[in-house]
Amino acid sequence: MKRFTTLFNALDSTTRTSEKIAALRAYFQDAPPADAAWALWVLSGERLRRSVSTRALREWVARRSHTPLWLVEECYDAVGDLAETLALLLPPPDDGKSMPGPEGAGVARAATHGEKETPPLHKVMEEWIAPLRSLTDQEREERLNRSWDRLRGQELLVFHKLLTGGFRVGVGKKLVTRALAETCGMDPAVLAHRMTGRWDPTAEAFLQITSPDADLPDPGRPYPFFLAHSLDGGPEELPGPPEDWLVEWKWDGIRGQLIHRRGETLIWSRGEELVTPAFPELAEAARVLPSGTVLDGEILAWGPGGPRPFADLQRRLGRKRVGARLRGEVPVIFLAYDLLEAEERDLREQPLQERRRRLSALLEAAGIGSDPAVEPASGVPLALSPPVTVHDWAIAHALRDTARTRGVEGLMIKARASTYGVGRRRGPWWKWKVDPLTLDAVLLYAQRGHGRRASLYTDYTFGVWADGELVPVGKAYSGLTDAEIREVDRWIRRNIVDRFGPVRAVEPELVFELAFDGIRESSRHRSGLALRFPRMARWRQDKPPEEADTLEAARALLRHSRGEP
Amino acid sequence: MKEPLVQVTDHGLFVPAADLYIDPWKPVDRAVITHAHADHARGGSGRYLSAQAGHDVLRVRLGSTARIDTLPWGERIRMGSAHLSLHPAGHILGAAQIRVEVGGEVWVVSGDYKLESDPTCRAFEPVPCHTFISECTFGLPIYRWPTPRAVFGDILTWWAGNAERGRTSILFGYSLGKAQRLLAGIHLELLDQGMEAPGPILVHGAVHRLLPPFHRAGVPLPDVLRANRESARASEGRALVVAPPSAGGTPWIRKFGQVSTGFASGWMRIRGHRRRRGGDRGFVLSDHVDWPGLLTAIRATGAERIGLTHGTTGPAVRFLREEGWDAWNVPTRFEGEAGSEAPDGSDSGEHETEGQEDA
Repeated sequence: MKRFTTLFNALDSTTRTSEKIAALRAYFQDAPPADAAWALWVLSGERLRRSVSTRALREWVARRSHTPLWLVEECYDAVGDLAETLALLLPPPDDGKSMPGPEGAGVARAATHGEKETPPLHKVMEEWIAPLRSLTDQEREERLNRSWDRLRGQELLVFHKLLTGGFRVGVGKKLVTRALAETCGMDPAVLAHRMTGRWDPTAEAFLQITSPDADLPDPGRPYPFFLAHSLDGGPEELPGPPEDWLVEWKWDGIRGQLIHRRGETLIWSRGEELVTPAFPELAEAARVLPSGTVLDGEILAWGPGGPRPFADLQRRLGRKRVGARLRGEVPVIFLAYDLLEAEERDLREQPLQERRRRLSALLEAAGIGSDPAVEPASGVPLALSPPVTVHDWAIAHALRDTARTRGVEGLMIKARASTYGVGRRRGPWWKWKVDPLTLDAVLLYAQRGHGRRASLYTDYTFGVWADGELVPVGKAYSGLTDAEIREVDRWIRRNIVDRFGPVRAVEPELVFELAFDGIRESSRHRSGLALRFPRMARWRQDKPPEEADTLEAARALLRHSRGEP
Repeated sequence: MKEPLVQVTDHGLFVPAADLYIDPWKPVDRAVITHAHADHARGGSGRYLSAQAGHDVLRVRLGSTARIDTLPWGERIRMGSAHLSLHPAGHILGAAQIRVEVGGEVWVVSGDYKLESDPTCRAFEPVPCHTFISECTFGLPIYRWPTPRAVFGDILTWWAGNAERGRTSILFGYSLGKAQRLLAGIHLELLDQGMEAPGPILVHGAVHRLLPPFHRAGVPLPDVLRANRESARASEGRALVVAPPSAGGTPWIRKFGQVSTGFASGWMRIRGHRRRRGGDRGFVLSDHVDWPGLLTAIRATGAERIGLTHGTTGPAVRFLREEGWDAWNVPTRFEGEAGSEAPDGSDSGEHETEGQEDA
């Protein structure tokens, strides 16, 4: 735990990538594999299932620190991070300096435990945290009190982060992978592949992952996804003629990887969640494919004849079982973009042109058509994401303008010569999204942010006019610069008119241009509308609130996006 | 009901019995100033009263033409029907609490204060009173300061590590008070550890300008150089530079080449504040009272009525009421700004970094 806390501090106290890498390398060089496995696991974003409710944690910390529960909540509101709030509230162990507090909060308690060091990370995870799940609340509180007796300073924060999940320290999977690859002299792509999907944080698994010549033991393991960069200008800026590029629709679904190996089929989402149970018909459909096939594609709610809104697809997500009724109501399809593996051979180093040729041939051989708009006669919900023929970029512009009425997000433009890389790399693949819709809306409510923005008011609710009244239409918290955020925060503090828990109502004065990718009807919102990915495009300091948009204007956008007059 | 000895007006806190304002926001005839930070000491008033120990820094703030009278610690004077005296607050050099007594009733206005040791000023002295108006900049139990010595130890370790890598250490702290406390604390910690300084100590012009009053007050300061292109070059990446926060992110900093930045403030107790600064290190060192200190100070005065001002007073007011005190919020015109600095960043103390929603 001490070593891991040192790593945490090092990562937390620098913004330089080189220093983060150095700290990670130092850690992986020294740490025993049992600890390194857990460190790798949590730093790449995995988390244990929650073993205690945050509600109970707050109560126990309130009790131990002699702080009323409401005051714990106030502190949380100011800090914005529960793990940290709890760590800050717990009284320090008695170190000879008596800590004055209500009723002598800093009573001696550490003395009985002497100078005993905290156990190593894997013991904390496996013996302190994991077993809590199976205990009663009373036993949990006792166990935690014993843990708190032994933790010092920053260890408390790290412990609470491990306990509550969500371990964000400015280090992503990509960076950890890179550092570990450097530590053991491996190709980061190979390491990334071995770390994709599910693995257990054990010493054995860690050694296997980092062994220079280990085989791939897990037939279910996905390949790391290759991601596209946003194209901000137009495709004219891309090198080479249009013929060098493969153009497809950017479908508005869930990117997925369909793995069919040795009679088993698994579907992974881009977030590396296993989503097979949510889409049983896709898993079934994969049986028409030869064993040892891995497809990259998009899962979409579909039909008749075209894609359905993303909101429909959401109804299928997060379910352990999907019944026949829901399957009937929201049919899905897998549109294949790419072929990553055929006949159990990794094709990622081949050019896209070649992978697509093989993909078409493979689907054809399996009796699957190449046009998803034609209902597959076989009833197999699997098809090729059809290429869009573009000989002239002017046509691409024209097609992109039709994206919203087609129910797609824009165009994908991929170099035909590109290999299938790892993560997001600039150059070979581009996403060219349709211009967002916009509305000028008035700031109505504000709430404090989290993490880096804790204690600043950064989460906003906006309204538009309807019958002389402002109706909330959407929430947004991104798009402003740090300087703008501070300025708006300052304004909010001076213009609070009401409070509802953590929410502050403000004078309806500031106007922002909201940009969003889509708009749909929703019975859950008072305005009757829901915006997709709203963000702040601009602070309209030039506009008085009376000149903000109306609900009618928002409805017109909805009609327009459906292709209605 | 008796009239309060200290009242809130649109000019600031007012003592009717003495016809005197405490740290007024707008020009008045007669003002008593707790300390020389910009949000407490504003120009334009007819006559000022301050602690003798605070005269020199207040003079820098108010200029040569201001009429400043001074009082030694604890000496009582009569003004109107009130007896008035000043007592050390331990905030910065010359920072005073103001004791007002009228007809046997005693009120004390704390100004800004802290209980931790600080070689640059007289330690906070609890003054028995009936009503205590206390600052509440850090009025939540998450704010609990480490011992200053531990913090100075951390600063030295950081400096030494940077010097070894040829990277200049830039330490941000407000130019009046915090900067001198950093210099003195580092100086004493080096002596205490019998350690050679890892390199020269340089100071920003805004800090340099304010050193003479501290020298005259006998504060143990190390030898420093003014930070400029020459001293930066000569220090070869081994220097510690003490500068106001406003110097961060400006071209001024480029002369030092590779740097590591640190920020010394009570707000650094919170990771979100630390990360938002974008600096490399946050050192928890405050000139304001922390939560345990606030409760200790309140108990030490023996006061039954507690007015809280500056900062998020709401929770502390509720807490004190639940604990049996008669507590209330004393509004201030001051409006804090989360995450921002005063325009010159130099001397507004820590209030600038957190809001006061209840004002």
